[in-house]
Amino acid sequence: MIKFGVVVFPGSNCDRDVAYVMRDLLGQPTRMVWHEETEIADLDVIVIPGGFSYGDYLRCGAIARFSPVMQATIRHAEQGKLVLGICNGFQVLTEVGLLPGALVRNRDLHFICDRVSLKVERTDLAWTQAYQPQQVITLPIAHGEGCYYADPDTLASLENNRQILFRYCAPTGDWGEADNPNGSLHNIAGICNRQGNVLGMMPHPERAADPTLGNTDGGGLFKGLLKAIALSSP
Amino acid sequence: MTKFQAQIYVTLRPSVLDPAGTAVQAGLSQMGYTNVEQLRIGKYVELTLTATDEAAARQQLDQICDQLLANPVIENYRFELTALQVA
Repeated sequence: MIKFGVVVFPGSNCDRDVAYVMRDLLGQPTRMVWHEETEIADLDVIVIPGGFSYGDYLRCGAIARFSPVMQATIRHAEQGKLVLGICNGFQVLTEVGLLPGALVRNRDLHFICDRVSLKVERTDLAWTQAYQPQQVITLPIAHGEGCYYADPDTLASLENNRQILFRYCAPTGDWGEADNPNGSLHNIAGICNRQGNVLGMMPHPERAADPTLGNTDGGGLFKGLLKAIALSSP
Repeated sequence: MTKFQAQIYVTLRPSVLDPAGTAVQAGLSQMGYTNVEQLRIGKYVELTLTATDEAAARQQLDQICDQLLANPVIENYRFELTALQVA
């Protein structure tokens, strides 16, 4: 069994959706981790869910960075264990410095709630191994600050080290400015760290995992994860 | 110990797009202020702090700004310091 922990900040609102996928759909032991907790050594995967941690005051994720649970999450990541940040969780991971760059206000200022096409750029990591190389999937997005920004050197290093896992694209898989909902540089929707054990993404895979909802494209991420961990465990 | 008042300005780095600033500038343009250019929106923070001297206060403010008030990836900051009273 793989043990999942879902971090709960004041203001998190996708925490129970993630727990539902892990616990109810996939049958994995899952516990909610309050933001003041520091004992998370029992967990294999930490998920930082979407929402508005600490009201997103100052900047999205800025205050969450200094919470006790994030200090423990940094140590968890440094041990090579898996960390997934979705939406606000991605913003928190960039503020913490576990992922490079930052997420700023959407290009057109709107809060976007939509379903978008995404290209899976890499399938040799635990996160994406259930997908086909260059597969185009559809996932929901719901954010006001999802425009990925990084300086040119950082972008080049992300490309060279193949750290971009998901890119906004057309249903055909081509990607250009017309297929970019929020102005993210290089159409970036999700990136991992150099080692590949920390993933941050703006789209919501947990909202596309239950067949009842009509789209299970996000379920592949969680199923792939289980398979990868099962294979790597003795 | 001296009590200082700090006025802190956090601004977006020039390389980061500011769509909100662009929208406000377009609004001004529609109002007839067509000579307004390069409008950028930032944040203003004020606080007081007690420190042994101005150098110590400046050093602490740099840390506060680098760690929390500004994100160095996308923002710059500057501050002004005024001595209020000797505590």
